[in-house]
Amino acid sequence: MQPQPIRFVLNGVPHQAAGVDPHVSLLQYLREQLHLTGTKEGCAEGDCGACTVVIGELQTDASGASGVRLKPINACIRALPTLDGKAVFTVEGLTQADGSLHPVQRAMVACHASQCGFCTPGFVMSLFALHQNTPQPTRAQTIEALAGNLCRCTGYRPILDAAQAMHTVHTADEVAPAQPECGAALAHALMPLQRAEDFSYSAHGVTFHAPRSVASFSRLAAAHPDAWILAGGTDVGLWINKALQSARMILYTGAVAELTQIAEGDGWLDIGAAVPLDDAFTALNCHTPEYAHLWQRFASPPIRASGTLGGNIANGSPIGDAMPLLIVLGAEVVLRHGVATRTLLLEDLYLDYKQQARAPGEWVERVRVPVRDSVRYPALEVAAYKLAKRNEQDISAVCFAIALHRDSGKVARVRIALGGMAGIPKRAAHTEAALTGQSWNQAAVRAAMNAMTRDFAPLSDMRASAGYRMRAAQNLLLRFFHESLAANQVGSGAAPAVALEGTGTAAAAPLETRVY
Amino acid sequence: MHAIQAMHATHTAHTAGASLPHESAHLHVSGAAPYADDVPEPAGLLHAAFGMSAHAHARIKAIDLSAVRSCPGVTAVLTHSDIPGENNYGGIVHDDPLLAEGLVQYHGQPVFLVLADSHHTARRAARLGRIEYEVLPAILGVEAALAQQSFIAPPRTITRGDAAAALTRAPHRITGHTRCGGQDHFYLEGQIALAQPQEDGQMQVLCSTQHPTEVQHIVAHALGCANHAVRVECRRMGGGFGGKESQPALIAAAAAVAAAHTGRAVKLRLDRDDDMCITGKRHPFLLEYEVGFDDSGRILAADFLLASDCGYSADLSGPVNDRAICHVDNAYFLEHVTVRNFQCRTHTASNTAFRGFGGPQGMFIIEHAIDCIALRLGLDALDVRRVNYYGTGTANPPRNQTHYGQTIEDNILEAITHELEASSDYRARRAALREQNAASPVIKRGIAFTPVKFGISFNATHFNQAGALVHIYKDGSVLLNHGGTEMGQGLFTKVAQVVARELGIDIACVRASATDTGKVPNTSATAASSGSDLNGMAARDACRQLKARLATHAAALWQVAVDSVSFAGGSVRAAAHSMPFAEFVNQAWFARVSLSAQGFYATPKIHWDRTAFKGHPFYYFAYGVACTQVAVDTLTGETRIERADLLHDAGTSLNPAIDLGQVEGGFIQGAGWLTSEELCWDAQGRLTTHAPSTYKIPTAADIPPLFHVKLVQARPNVEDTIYRSKAVGEPPLMLALSVYHAIRDAVASVAHYRAAPQLDAPATPEAILNAVDALRAARTNDVIDAMA
Repeated sequence: MQPQPIRFVLNGVPHQAAGVDPHVSLLQYLREQLHLTGTKEGCAEGDCGACTVVIGELQTDASGASGVRLKPINACIRALPTLDGKAVFTVEGLTQADGSLHPVQRAMVACHASQCGFCTPGFVMSLFALHQNTPQPTRAQTIEALAGNLCRCTGYRPILDAAQAMHTVHTADEVAPAQPECGAALAHALMPLQRAEDFSYSAHGVTFHAPRSVASFSRLAAAHPDAWILAGGTDVGLWINKALQSARMILYTGAVAELTQIAEGDGWLDIGAAVPLDDAFTALNCHTPEYAHLWQRFASPPIRASGTLGGNIANGSPIGDAMPLLIVLGAEVVLRHGVATRTLLLEDLYLDYKQQARAPGEWVERVRVPVRDSVRYPALEVAAYKLAKRNEQDISAVCFAIALHRDSGKVARVRIALGGMAGIPKRAAHTEAALTGQSWNQAAVRAAMNAMTRDFAPLSDMRASAGYRMRAAQNLLLRFFHESLAANQVGSGAAPAVALEGTGTAAAAPLETRVY
Repeated sequence: MHAIQAMHATHTAHTAGASLPHESAHLHVSGAAPYADDVPEPAGLLHAAFGMSAHAHARIKAIDLSAVRSCPGVTAVLTHSDIPGENNYGGIVHDDPLLAEGLVQYHGQPVFLVLADSHHTARRAARLGRIEYEVLPAILGVEAALAQQSFIAPPRTITRGDAAAALTRAPHRITGHTRCGGQDHFYLEGQIALAQPQEDGQMQVLCSTQHPTEVQHIVAHALGCANHAVRVECRRMGGGFGGKESQPALIAAAAAVAAAHTGRAVKLRLDRDDDMCITGKRHPFLLEYEVGFDDSGRILAADFLLASDCGYSADLSGPVNDRAICHVDNAYFLEHVTVRNFQCRTHTASNTAFRGFGGPQGMFIIEHAIDCIALRLGLDALDVRRVNYYGTGTANPPRNQTHYGQTIEDNILEAITHELEASSDYRARRAALREQNAASPVIKRGIAFTPVKFGISFNATHFNQAGALVHIYKDGSVLLNHGGTEMGQGLFTKVAQVVARELGIDIACVRASATDTGKVPNTSATAASSGSDLNGMAARDACRQLKARLATHAAALWQVAVDSVSFAGGSVRAAAHSMPFAEFVNQAWFARVSLSAQGFYATPKIHWDRTAFKGHPFYYFAYGVACTQVAVDTLTGETRIERADLLHDAGTSLNPAIDLGQVEGGFIQGAGWLTSEELCWDAQGRLTTHAPSTYKIPTAADIPPLFHVKLVQARPNVEDTIYRSKAVGEPPLMLALSVYHAIRDAVASVAHYRAAPQLDAPATPEAILNAVDALRAARTNDVIDAMA
C-alpha cells in the first residue's frame, strides 16, 4: 500500500506530513520540523496552556450546509496524525502578512496583557477561539474559556480586559483588521481532505490506524490487543511525554463516525466513545442541569475539546470526575470485542485500582445514560460536588455525586458515588443504606455521614489527607441536605419538610452553602 | 467583574512616566518574541538531559551507564569526572556540585548528563542509568533539622533593646507558632541554556537567566578558563521571579561543559517535572513568637524564631534569611526585639531566591502575631496595626528606627492607610460581614487590612551597582544595553523610556538589546526589585555624558553657552537654533564627537555591617496597603477572594501601566503562595507536586471579581532615584498577606472572634477545615455548630 501522508490545513495553507513518528505531538512538529516557534511548551501535559492552538473541524448542519467548528486544544499532547482532515491555526496564523495584528492581539497589546510573554500565544489562541465562537463574551465566559491557560505574571485582569475589548479594539476611522478565513472557504478547503476509507499512517516502525467504521476498529482492536487505543489523547499524551512510553500500533477512535454520535431514544442517551467531553456534557446538561457546574470545572476547554467521555471511562481513574456522576444516574457501558457486545452497569466495570472487567481486545464502544424519568421519579434530586485545591483545572481530592428520590418525606431511593475515596470510583453502599427508608432529616443525614466511614478508607496523597477526604465527603452530604431543604423552600414556597434541628429557628433565607 | 485600575500619567509624551506598552508586547502576542528555545538551532546541535538521583541522601557506590551509552541516538554521557574545572555552581558557598560526586543530597539531584540527537532521546536514555546507592538517613523538614542541629550556617540571634525584660513587664503576653510553605516559581518558560563552542576555547551561552554575570563566572570556573572566554546573552526570559537568579548557572555550566567536551553546540532544556524536582524554591519557614503588649495592642517586646528550610546547600539562603530578619518588623516599630534565626540544612533541593526574598516570611510572623493580639484584646486588627506603625520622626519618642538601626525617612503608611480605609469602606464592610456571619452557619466571610513596608536595595552593599551602554547611530537611532535582564517586568521598556526622556527623542528611536556580558560586564543579578533603580540611573548617566558632548558641540557650532543647549521633542535646541536630533548627531559624527557612552551607577547612602546586623542597608522603602475580603466554606474549607483593594507606592512611576501590572501580578502570585500553592514531599523526600497537574498556581477564576488597584499619587520618592520613582517588583507580593488574614478572620468567626485560629500557610481547603474544626471542637453547646 502506498504510504499516506497526514493532510491538514495549516494557517490556511494545505499541508502534508510524512515520515514523522506517530507519537510526535503537534507541538513538537510545529516547533522542531516547521520552526513555528510561537507555540510554546510550558508543561507538556496539557495543564498550562502555553501550547494552545485552535483546530477546525468540518461540520455539516441539518440543512446540509458545511462549516468549520473551531476549538482550542493543547498541542503538546495532541498526536500529529489525529489532525488528518482538520484545520490548524497557530499564533503565527493570526498575524497578517503585512504584520498587522488580529483584533485579539491588538486588544492584548492595548490592555498591557503580556509581561514575560511566554504564556501569551496560548492566551491569544484561546481568546481567538472565544472571539470566533462567542460574539460578546461576558467576564464569566471569558474566565471559563481561559481555565486552561496559566499566566504567572499579570494576575489575569488585563487579559480579561482584553477579551472585553477584542471586538471593539479597532477605532472607527480604520477598517476592521483582516482575520484568518474560518468560514466557507476553509470548509471548502477541508472537504477534499475528508477520507471515506480507513486511514493508516506508518513511520519509524509505528502504525497509526484511523478506521472509519466500528467494525473495522473492533477488528483491529481484537487482532491487536496490545495496541494503544487513542481517543482524545489527554492521558495517552502523558504516557508519551512523561512516562516516555511508546507503542507499535495506535488505534484512533476519533475518525469512526458512529463513535462520534450522540443518540437519544427509549429513555436512554447513547454517547459514542469518541464524543468529546464538551459535547457529551452539553447533551447531559439537557437532562441534568444540576451537573453543569461540575462539568464546567472538569479540566479545561482545550482538554474538554479533545478528551472524550469514553476515554475518561475507559481510563477509569479513581479521580476521574465523570464516573461518580454517571454512576448515580445508573449509566451503563457497552463493551465490544470483535463483533460481540455486552452491556455492564458502569459501576461494575471497575473492579479494583487499575483493574477493569474488560477482556484483552475489548473496548468501550458507548456509554448509555438513562434519561431522567420525570414520571417515575418526578422529584429526583441530583447534585455533584468537587473539592480540589483550586477551583479550575484541578484534579479532585473528592468528587461527590448523589441522586435522591424522596416520597412522602422519606428517602425512597438514593445513589451516592464518590471519586478520590477509593482505588476506583465507588458507590457508598452503607451511606445509602443508612438513608434509605429514613425521613429526610438531619438525624438521618448525620447517621449516614457516620456510615460513610464504613464505605471508604481513603488514601493520603499530595491532593489531600485521608482525614480530610473523609470529613469533607461527609460534609458534602450535609451540604446536599442543606441545599435540598433550600430548594424545597424555594420550589414549594412552603416551610421545609424538616425543620433545621438545633437552630431554634428556621432560617429566613436559604442557607448559603457554596463559595463558588 | 468590576475592576478599577487607576494610574496617573505625569508625562503624556512617549518617554518616562508614560504608560507605554511593553517593548515586546507586539512580539509576544504574535509569537514572534524568541526565547532561548526558539532561536534557530545550530547545525550538529546535541540535546542534553540529566540523570537524576533516586534518593534524598545516599552514597553512590557504583554507576553503570552502559545502557545509556548504547541507547540509539546517544552521543556521550558525562559525569563529574568530565568537568575540566570546578564542579560547582554555588555562587557564595561552593557547595553545589553540577553533577553529584560520590554523594547525593536530594531526590532528583543531577548525577550524570546525557547528550543525544533529540530532547526526547536524551530524556529516555537518562532513565536507563543504573546507580547503586548506599542509602543514608535523610533529614526532611525544619523540625528534623533543628533536632539534629543540621544547619548551613551557625544559628544567630539579633537583638535590639532587652526583649526578655520588656516581656516580663508587659501587661499582656502571648506566644504562638505557625509556618509558611515554600513556593515554586512556576515561570512558564523552564530553565534552559544553549552553549556553543567558539574559537580558541571560548564559549558562548544563550541562557534564560536573571544573572548573566554569575552564569559567565560559573561557566568559566567549570571550564577552567578565564571570564573573558565566556560570553553569556539573554534577550528575555519567560518569567523569572527569583528562580533564575542562581539556578541557571547549573543549566548553563552543564551545557557548556558538554559543549566543550564534544565540540558541538549543546542545548539543555529541562522538562517541567525535572525542573520542579531539580531547582530550588521559596524557603518554607517555621515561625514562633512571643509578644508583650499593652491594652491598645502596642507591642512592647517581641521574641521571634525564624527557622528556614534551606535545602541541601547554602545557595542564597544566607541573604534570604537576612532579609527575613530585616522584615520581621514589617511596618511596625519594635523597641525591644530578639530574633533567633536557624538556617536548616535538609535533604531537598536547595531553596533559593523568590520574589520578596525572605521578606514575605519575615512579615508573615509579625502579621500573625498582630492578628492574635487583636483577637486577644477584642480589637480591630487594623487598629492594632496602626498603633504599632512606625512614627514619622515628629513624635517624641520618634519610633522611627528599625531593629537593624536604619532611620526611616520616607514613611507614608498613615496617609495611605487612611486613604484606602476610606476608599475600601473597610470599617462598614467589616461590621456588616460580622452581622452576616452570625446568620450564615456554613459560609463565613472575612476581611483584613494589611500594610507593607519593604526595603529597597540589595542587603549586601556591593551588589548595588550597575552599568549601561548607549550608542547613538548617525541616523539618530539609539541602541541601549545595560546589565539588567528582561523577565517580563518591563525593565527594558522603562530604561528605554529613561533614554528617550534624557535625549528628548521618541521611544520609537530607542531599541533595547539583549543583556550580554560582553557589552556590560560585572553586573549584579536583576533582583531585589532593583532593576530600574540601578539600570535606569546607569543609562541616564550614559545619556548625560552623551548630552554633555553634544552640548559642547552645539555650543561651538552655534556659538551659544553649553548650558543653554536642550534636548527635547526630537530636536537639539539652543537660543534660536534648533535641529532635528538625527541631523544633529550626524553632524556631531562629522565633527568627530563620540556617540557612544558607558554609564555607571552606585546607590548612595547605604552601608551594612552583616556581623553586627546594623546599618543603613536600604536606600529607601516602598509601601503599600491592601484590604481583602474572602468567603470560606466551613464544611469543605474552600475559599474565594471576593474583593481586593490595593494601594501601592511606586513613587513617581516610570510607567504606571507596567507598575500596575507588577502590583496586580505580585498580589495574585502572593495569594497563590498563601492559598492553593502547596508543595508536598513524601516520606522519602520525593517532591510529589512537580507539575501543574499537582501544583496549583492561581487561574483567572481565582482573581477577585472586585479588584480595585491604584498607585499612590503625588508622592515622589524622597530619595534621588531615577525620576523619583520606586522599585516595584517585589513589594506588592506581600500585599497578599491580606488574603491570608481575611481567611483567618472568616475562620475566627466560628469561635465568635474569641480565639485565634491555628492556620498555617498555605491555607488550602484542608488547612482551613482543620482550623475550623479545631475551633469548633474547642467549644461546646454552641447552636451554630449543631447546624453546620
